[in-house]
Amino acid sequence: MNAPLKTSTANTSEVLPLVEQFKYGLDSPICLTWEWTYACNLSCAHCLSASGRRDPDELSTDEIKAVIDELERMQVFYVNVGGGEPTVRPDFWELVAYAVEHNVGIKFSTNGYRIDEEHARWLAATDYVDVQISLDGATPEVNDAVRGPGSYDTAMAAMANLYAAGMRGFKISVVMTSQNIDQLDEFKRIADGFEAQLRITRLRPSGRGADVWDELHPSAEQQWTIYRWLLDHGDEVLTGDSFFHLNALGSEPLPGLNLCGAGRVVCLIDPVGDVYACPFAIHDAFHGGNVREAGFGAVWWDSELFNELRQPQTGGACLSCSAYDACQGGCMAAKFFTGLPLDGPDPECVKGHGEAALAEVDAERTPRPAQDHSKPSAKQQQVLLGLPALRRPDRACDESPLAGMT
Amino acid sequence: MFDPDGPYRLSPNVSLRPERFGALAYHFGTRKLSFMKTPQLVEIVRELTRHPSARSAVSHLSGAEQTSYLKALASLAHAGMIVPA
Ligand code: SF4
Ligand code: SF4
Repeated sequence: MNAPLKTSTANTSEVLPLVEQFKYGLDSPICLTWEWTYACNLSCAHCLSASGRRDPDELSTDEIKAVIDELERMQVFYVNVGGGEPTVRPDFWELVAYAVEHNVGIKFSTNGYRIDEEHARWLAATDYVDVQISLDGATPEVNDAVRGPGSYDTAMAAMANLYAAGMRGFKISVVMTSQNIDQLDEFKRIADGFEAQLRITRLRPSGRGADVWDELHPSAEQQWTIYRWLLDHGDEVLTGDSFFHLNALGSEPLPGLNLCGAGRVVCLIDPVGDVYACPFAIHDAFHGGNVREAGFGAVWWDSELFNELRQPQTGGACLSCSAYDACQGGCMAAKFFTGLPLDGPDPECVKGHGEAALAEVDAERTPRPAQDHSKPSAKQQQVLLGLPALRRPDRACDESPLAGMT
Repeated sequence: MFDPDGPYRLSPNVSLRPERFGALAYHFGTRKLSFMKTPQLVEIVRELTRHPSARSAVSHLSGAEQTSYLKALASLAHAGMIVPA
């Protein structure tokens, strides 16, 4: 997920390393993702929030502003706004302006849909706003198979508009899949061409990502490719907390946030105000509360779940592994949605323990996300990928209670 | 360049957020975070303007501590968190 951009540390010798400090949680999150809508013009096959249709219960303009006021008081210096496609909200630009006036910087993720010349100029002229364009293939073929027809051109046009408007250092965000790992250099060239910052992240089996994870997650060999590429280029790309499980491959730790920060430094507010420990963990098991009850701070400080996550974790089956210090057992969300125990190895454990554990899991019993706003066309996207349209048996709980209302 | 004998202050673009280990500093201009990993460092940074120099701001500490806190101030200066006053 989204870790702080680049961090530096004013260190003194006798204090605990930062990663140890983070384990006890911070007074306010530093990687707060806030999804403003479940509506999206696209239906990406791997959408982490299973977005598509707006939820009628989404936070109103005033409710969002009230949370922004609270984030200002809590000194949450910036948030990562996403969705769905956040720019489809009619009040999107108003809300961004409101946030930056209140010292809450905004980095928003978009597929580029609304980044025309005029908005690009506004963005370039506004302080504390950063844009992150999603691109999952360096060529239209690879990108559009996952993100939908025309999405490559939309993203490239948005980047061209931002560049022409004078915006520099905006982010290009790529989810690494089995299909695009050999395009890493190509992505870097695209980013350099726009004087933009490349960000690569891990495909997690969250939202619709669970349905395509088997086909799209990197092979063991491809994990090596990512690891080696990051050793060479790690300082030039952002990775958030995506690849710390790969640290078990070598002795040199990769740059980035090397721990699972869920509920400690990482958090999600979803479009209906539900607060989860991590944007990749939209499930009751990671639900801390709702901002409509007593605001965000009450959840962040007092939720039982979050306080539990800040207790020392047991390493479980990983404890006997020589790489545990480097790898920390990997990503909680990835384990959860593949049906693995949270204190055991990551499904992509580089020592192969994940694969062995997955073989024991009954695929029909893996947890499903708490929210699913997929449009019916999301299934077609899987067909484009060459996947069977339905990978899991339909069950009553798969269907959003709001189906048909939006 | 950090000059331990020069006067410093917290950059006007920086906000400090208290945390149990010390504080988190955020620079609104560069969008960078820095971590002040001890309460003592936070105290020193807050008191910088009362001293003619960075060195004077750490003069109440033992020799070894002075060295390590001057190093910490140097890295904050490098990140633009503290600036010449
Ligand atoms: S569960 Fe932890 S490691 Fe995985 S995405 Fe969330 S914060 Fe990151
Ligand atoms: S066994 Fe656990 S700690 Fe060891 S490499 Fe695998 S996931 Fe990481």
